[in-house]
Amino acid sequence: MSKRRFQDAAIAGIGHTEYSKASGRSELQLAAECAKAACDDAGISPHDIDGMITFTIDNNDEIMLARCLGVKDLAYTTRIPGGGAAAAATIYQAMAMVNAGLCKHVLIWRAMNERSQYRFGQNPNQQMMAFQSGNGTGSLLWCVPYGAMTPASWGALQAARYMHRFGITNRDLAFVSVQQRAYAANNPDAWFYGKPITLEDHQASKWIQEPWLRLLDCCQESDGGVAVLVTSLQRARDMKQKPVRIVGATQSIPYNVEVISNYYHEDLTEMPEAKGTAKRLWEQTGLGPQDMQAAMIYDAFSPHVLLQLEAFGFCRPGEAAGFVKSGGMALDGVLPTNTNGGLSGEAYIHGMNSMIEGVRQIRGTSHNQVTRRSVEHVLVSSGMAGAVLGKA
Amino acid sequence: MSTAPETPAPPKPTRIAPIVTLDAKFFWDAADRGEFLGERCGQCKAFRFPPRPMCPHCHSLTREEVKLSGHGTVHGWTIPRHPPPFGFKEAPIVVIVQLDEGFRMVSNLVGVAYHDVRQDMPVEVDFEPTMGNHKVPVFRPRSAS
Ligand SMILES: [Zn+2]
Repeated sequence: MSKRRFQDAAIAGIGHTEYSKASGRSELQLAAECAKAACDDAGISPHDIDGMITFTIDNNDEIMLARCLGVKDLAYTTRIPGGGAAAAATIYQAMAMVNAGLCKHVLIWRAMNERSQYRFGQNPNQQMMAFQSGNGTGSLLWCVPYGAMTPASWGALQAARYMHRFGITNRDLAFVSVQQRAYAANNPDAWFYGKPITLEDHQASKWIQEPWLRLLDCCQESDGGVAVLVTSLQRARDMKQKPVRIVGATQSIPYNVEVISNYYHEDLTEMPEAKGTAKRLWEQTGLGPQDMQAAMIYDAFSPHVLLQLEAFGFCRPGEAAGFVKSGGMALDGVLPTNTNGGLSGEAYIHGMNSMIEGVRQIRGTSHNQVTRRSVEHVLVSSGMAGAVLGKA
Repeated sequence: MSTAPETPAPPKPTRIAPIVTLDAKFFWDAADRGEFLGERCGQCKAFRFPPRPMCPHCHSLTREEVKLSGHGTVHGWTIPRHPPPFGFKEAPIVVIVQLDEGFRMVSNLVGVAYHDVRQDMPVEVDFEPTMGNHKVPVFRPRSAS
């Protein structure tokens, strides 16, 4: 008889470095620092990590990181493709390994000098021209000879049909950015701490992709590292922090969908991967949009927040812009969203910094804590993957 | 010693050449010849894009490279302003073209002013040169016919 049995999973620790534009140290050091911080937060020794998960495009070698941390005996490592879509998928895989009884302490990390060493927002350099499999970006080579060379150009093309169909203007997007920057302004960890913006600031910012995206619709480019420590709910109860239960987590990659050069599926006015994630997640957890007291939604570009709000059923198709405009994302709104300031306001650690904000909202430790109601459940989404975090 | 002035050579193309993979080589080779080809299944005749070795419907490995009408509509578009895309003197109009054959591809819309771009406007294929003596299919407005 196998001694393995299903075990509920929980997040026992979170850690991050400062978020900056020039960390002044190696990506490996950032990874080691945030990993150690997550272990300290949980109250375990890094020696006891037995699973390690990151993104395919993280530059750090897991063995070197394990050597930094003194990991004694690693039982599992994996990497998840799809750029930032991997963010919530790391939680999904860590949950599955713990559920299966195969790992005790899974470390998730993402660490990068994405501003000081290389810039996702710039035209590709020779090294980045290798649009190879594994990164979930296989069709970028069909974009590059046409001058669509940056994530913003791919993202704008993805949003154009949606915005056109529902008559969403760039000014409508401003409400997403203004809200997220208001959150960031109150979050000492955020790069834009103390720097809120107005609708006029948004409209005065330069076009990145005309007529869809201005500078203030785009996420930042950042240096920094974020780590999460996942263990069983049972073990987490004996650790330092109040456990945050992973109520459910999943991934969805429907036919003909890919991460960002995502122009080949049936209906470009919706995000089928997020719809698929939502369907599985609501089925898996028995919960629905009405059960979420906050959400952290991957915001590479502001229209993608709207598309996900619709895909997860918080709004009907075409209604997310109105939802945000009327304060839906605010602390006193229907669904406080990206309360850390998101990837535009806090930092761009490839979505992982928003994942840990979801943990903080459950713990009750956010700088923009939802207090109007008890936070029982938070949705964290990176489009192709999502998780529901909850009280233990 | 002076020689008669010759017609100045046309400016060298600055657009970067396509990134050619084995499965899409037929597409770019055809473009070099000024032909616009698509790929469909040799068995069930379904078109597919991007090109790939297996039909997702019947799993046949037989492929047919067929001449496309070159007609389509603008399904979505954007003008990359910042950073200016490498290889373009003026910002290009990047489009998703919905081809009459039922699939989409990313391309450029040429021969039209920015403010005249319309969603779903009819377009037809043309070709533009790239560095390294290659060509890529682009699209220009199609008059109603
Ligand atoms: Zn077939």
